[in-house]
Amino acid sequence: MTTISDPPKASFQLSMLIYDTRFRSYTFQFIALILLMLLIGYLGANLMKNLSDQGQNISFRFLQDPSGYDINQRPIEYDSQSTHLRASIVGVLNTLIVAFLGCLTATVFGVVAGVLRLSPNWLVRKLMAVYVEAFRNVPVLIWILIIFTVMTAVMPAPNAFRGENATSSMLFDAVAFTNRGVYVPSPVWGSGSMVVVLTFLASIIGMFYYRRYATKLLYDTGKLLPMGWPSLVILFVPSILMYFVMGQPISLDYPELRGFNFQGGLHIRGSLIALWFALAIYTGAFIAENVRAGIQAVSKGQTEAAASLGLRPNRIMNLVILPQALRVIIPPLISQYLNLTKNSSLAIAVGYMDVTGTLGGITLNQTGRAIECVLLLMLFYLTISLSISAVMNVYNNSIKLKER
Amino acid sequence: MSRDNLAFVRSHMLPEAPPPVAETGAVKWLRENLFSSVGNTLLTLVSAYVVVRILFGVAPWFFNGIWDSPSLSACREMLDGRTGACFAVLTERWNQLLFGFKYPPDLYWRPTLAFVLLFVAAAPVLFMKYLPRQMLIFTGLYPFIAFWLIWGGSIMVPIFALLGVLLGAFVYWRTLTISAGVAVLAGIVAALVFWWASRLVTAPLGDVLALQPVVSRDLGGFMVNMLLGVVCVSLSLPFGIMLALGRQSRMPIIKWICVVFIEFIRGVPLITLLFVANVVLAYFLPPGTTFDLILRVIIMITMFSSAYIAEVIRGGLAALPRGQYEAADSLGLDYAQSMQLIILPQALKISIPGIVNVAVGLFKDTTLVSIISMFDIVGMIRGPILASTEWNGVYWELFGFACLLFFIVCYGISQYSQWLERELRTDHR
Repeated sequence: MTTISDPPKASFQLSMLIYDTRFRSYTFQFIALILLMLLIGYLGANLMKNLSDQGQNISFRFLQDPSGYDINQRPIEYDSQSTHLRASIVGVLNTLIVAFLGCLTATVFGVVAGVLRLSPNWLVRKLMAVYVEAFRNVPVLIWILIIFTVMTAVMPAPNAFRGENATSSMLFDAVAFTNRGVYVPSPVWGSGSMVVVLTFLASIIGMFYYRRYATKLLYDTGKLLPMGWPSLVILFVPSILMYFVMGQPISLDYPELRGFNFQGGLHIRGSLIALWFALAIYTGAFIAENVRAGIQAVSKGQTEAAASLGLRPNRIMNLVILPQALRVIIPPLISQYLNLTKNSSLAIAVGYMDVTGTLGGITLNQTGRAIECVLLLMLFYLTISLSISAVMNVYNNSIKLKER
Repeated sequence: MSRDNLAFVRSHMLPEAPPPVAETGAVKWLRENLFSSVGNTLLTLVSAYVVVRILFGVAPWFFNGIWDSPSLSACREMLDGRTGACFAVLTERWNQLLFGFKYPPDLYWRPTLAFVLLFVAAAPVLFMKYLPRQMLIFTGLYPFIAFWLIWGGSIMVPIFALLGVLLGAFVYWRTLTISAGVAVLAGIVAALVFWWASRLVTAPLGDVLALQPVVSRDLGGFMVNMLLGVVCVSLSLPFGIMLALGRQSRMPIIKWICVVFIEFIRGVPLITLLFVANVVLAYFLPPGTTFDLILRVIIMITMFSSAYIAEVIRGGLAALPRGQYEAADSLGLDYAQSMQLIILPQALKISIPGIVNVAVGLFKDTTLVSIISMFDIVGMIRGPILASTEWNGVYWELFGFACLLFFIVCYGISQYSQWLERELRTDHR
């Protein structure tokens, strides 16, 4: 055994690259790098050869060509003369729409089911367990197809709503469930509606300020202001007043049966609903487990300690249990949101035109630019995932328990 | 104090009374679990109503079900207006649902046998404590037997594949004294060289003990889901461990290769990787090479799940107390030994629930191959069965059957993992 004061005399030998632990790591990294380079070079050379054999090249110019296909759900102006780029953007927006709706609904389902799984009520507990197990153990693709089948094969055709003895009727005379999708009333923004909307936004901010003020007052002076009903008043009363002051500028456009189909209102397609609800219910089952685990992770001693300080049950929940449970719940919740966004690419199975359906589907098949399309598609999803994980990391660091 | 100015003194024992009705047995249970408060009672009533509605909706449909009929219209005639399921589609298309529509019918025994043997092969791994160690030999042989059974062809191919693996393992074992990395590399190179050389031998011996060959295109049905699930999960375990160790490595280049790979794969949906397998991968191979779609899909799904398993195992490695690493070092173990004997057994034990989650998720995701027009069970249902004139319009029976199959497998796996967690618990609580 050598010591530092007695360094090895032996000069460098080639065998030390393998046998000497000081150099071995360099050898390995060098070999790994070489292998990686060789692999990339080999794949790249094959790619070049294949492309030149088929007279193709890598180019993104096809994005500027007219797409020549229609998209049935267009959040922005689009027709078949628009470019492939615009088609992809429509797809991206559609992905974001379904992901947003899905995340929102999944959270509601998940929180409700997760809390109910801890309910003292045996029947409710068991029902929720059945929901969670049934949805977690069956592929989401099958759920999407099942709900899509409900939407297209079970719902009545629009003509079932017609005539004296119609077999179907609209819900509250406003919502029609048909096999072509769901028709709901859509708001019509008259002149002056901007003012109402702005008032509403302002009251949301106002509500937060009130709550913050009340909390501060409580912590500073111990004076307890009511929280619940003033928040609701601040939230709704000014907007409702403004609505009548401006002469009811916002009205609803009800769907109406005209000709062979419903006209007016907002048309939500069966494919969107199938995707939205299947993703929401499926992911909701996972979120329910996270919520349950989070609540159970807060030890019972915390509840008891808070109770012995004299806090009332809802304050115990708000001030002691939830802040600790959320620390456990939120990271897996965000990763479920990510999963939902990635699973929304299954839209292609029901013909919902998300980015996988436009860029990775029709554009790819029409232009034959497989490499470019798949590359862009991956980049899009990668951007979303990486940015969400970046936000996650910031959040995780901010809530990390400050120990030692 | 005399006896007279006391109001009442009991002079004998009361007979034992039964506890109040509301405090025992079923009544107590009902009160505590279903009707403890007004809100709870309401919840109970609502959920009981939902359950009853569902049961009354489904029960007649299920019990009126017709199990024997040649087509949907014949089925409807038999039902004569009653509500009832048409399970005949399952009995009539049973083989298609399980084996696909192109697998030669007289060879169904082969995948069935492979499926049965799967349990024999998996048992010694799953129930390590209760079965003799020698059975693991069969587990080692199983992949080659299953390959031979499902795809057929000469037995020489799996035998030489097996010999290559054995040679690789031998070389690994002999060079392990130098260093683990060298040994892994040497083993892989030896196996590859052997396989490359063995093509000279297997070609002339093409019909020794040959089963009728079946091409991959002809595989289908639930068999494909099982095949992809089993193959990809078992392949991705070693890759996942390697990636996780690589990500923890102190060598920056190796670490960054692993990080980039893992983050990239985890950032994209599986469906885009399947697109890669379907349309892009061919561009990156030497011109003129064609290899099976199913093989390409296996490669992509394995990459996908290894990245996820690597993250799970990394969590397990990070959860180990630092002292375990230091203890291994102070015993004088080298990297391979300390990983093999100290770190990985504990880290893998912590990771079991996560690994099982990944495995279940992966098995469910094998249905995605139906989107790149492979005929797994979902592909079979949506394609040949629902498009046929006989069964156009039978949705619930088919989807219900697919749900049931997946539920049985996935629920079974998760129950097993919970059992295993209890089994491996060493803290004796």
